[in-house]
Amino acid sequence: MSPVNTSATVRPLVKLSAIRKSFGPVEVLKGVDMAVEEGQVVAMIGRSGSGKSTLLRSINGLERIDGGVIEVDGECVDPGQIDLRALRQKVGMVFQQFNLFPHLTAGENVMLALKVVKKQDKAATRAAAESALAKVGLGHKFDAYPSQLSGGQQQRVAIARSLAMAPKVLLCDEITSALDPELVAEVLGVVRKLAEEGMTLILVTHEMRFAREVCDRLVFMHGGRIAEQGPPAKLFDRPSTPELAQFIGMVEAR
Amino acid sequence: MLNFTLWDILSNLLLAARWTVLLSLIAFVSGGVAGLLLLVARVSPVPPLRIAAKLFIEVFQGTPLLMQLFIVFFALPLIGIETSAWTSAAVALTLFTAAYLAEIWRGCVEAVPKGQWEASASLAMTFPEQMRHVILPQALRIAVPPTVGFSVQVVKGTAVTSIIGFVEVTKAGTMITNATFQPFLVYGLVGLIYFALCYPLSLSAKALERKLNVAR
Repeated sequence: MSPVNTSATVRPLVKLSAIRKSFGPVEVLKGVDMAVEEGQVVAMIGRSGSGKSTLLRSINGLERIDGGVIEVDGECVDPGQIDLRALRQKVGMVFQQFNLFPHLTAGENVMLALKVVKKQDKAATRAAAESALAKVGLGHKFDAYPSQLSGGQQQRVAIARSLAMAPKVLLCDEITSALDPELVAEVLGVVRKLAEEGMTLILVTHEMRFAREVCDRLVFMHGGRIAEQGPPAKLFDRPSTPELAQFIGMVEAR
Repeated sequence: MLNFTLWDILSNLLLAARWTVLLSLIAFVSGGVAGLLLLVARVSPVPPLRIAAKLFIEVFQGTPLLMQLFIVFFALPLIGIETSAWTSAAVALTLFTAAYLAEIWRGCVEAVPKGQWEASASLAMTFPEQMRHVILPQALRIAVPPTVGFSVQVVKGTAVTSIIGFVEVTKAGTMITNATFQPFLVYGLVGLIYFALCYPLSLSAKALERKLNVAR
């Protein structure tokens, strides 16, 4: 359990219990417990291969877990679960590679799931898409195709597409890693704004300064387990495991 | 002995060529519809569907079209279904076309990046919704040139149906040869007719390929 936010009365929005996952013979998640409360911003850090992306992707069922239970706002998912629709309506996800639908405009990208999944009518989807795009500062790009947008703009459309579904929690999987350095700030700016508005966010990130400034809690993963977690300042300044100390040394040396 | 003018021969061949064209169209359209269903089964998340589709495709790709035709023509009556040469030809060619198109299209579906599946899945879309709104529209673009290219195989495949007595242009050629004793002339004309049907298809497949590559 998290050493911060120990108020036992608050039921966590996201609760992961004993999550296990193997790829073939390699066990990448070795029984991970984690809880995230509503409005919290949590960053998962760690070396590549530590299991952080896999854990994030398991929260909306993109990775099928082999053991444990995922609970998001009352939706329970265990390894046998086939129908993930209810869970996925509560969990939004933004990807490293944006993954916009290239055959649809920015507006259509945002509207598609509203129409198809939420069965909203035309006017409602249009209004929701416009407001979601305006929120990420791209209200004027409604009719632009992804290929006509910069990487930063595409990623912001992807954020708008997730937000329009009104998820309870937004997962961000290294969402600035594929961007040119000058485009990183505009995307992080949007995420920062979401955090300030009280959106529950779980991020996998390599942007340590951002993690330090914006996150309530840092989760350091190592070898398929959570090695250490707590407020960013504590983890950065007084890491209690040698693995984290080494990791911080590595990223700060860059 | 009767004398046949070149026009006599050609006009009869062209009349028979109508059936070649019609059979090709039927095979291509119904094979396309069946192929689409087969494709969806082939890439679906349901294992029994996937396996059944794969089996169907393997069987039809792994046996000669002629055998498939024989089986439809001779075997169906054995189990009480009477078939004419027409229906046998249409059924066999439809199944043959469906198997090949499904496999061609599967390649196109697999060319759509995995991220498209993940993004649509994370938006809570179900498999049919993902296929319809995200995957197939993108796969379709890539699929047009090889699909048009395959239509050439369907047109040429219709020649095989002459064996079971379906009078398309090849069968007509045989019959006319039997009357005129001019096989080189008659089959030469038959060949030209096939070429006139197929060459425009090949050309348009190439043109579409260029056009879609540029648009990318």
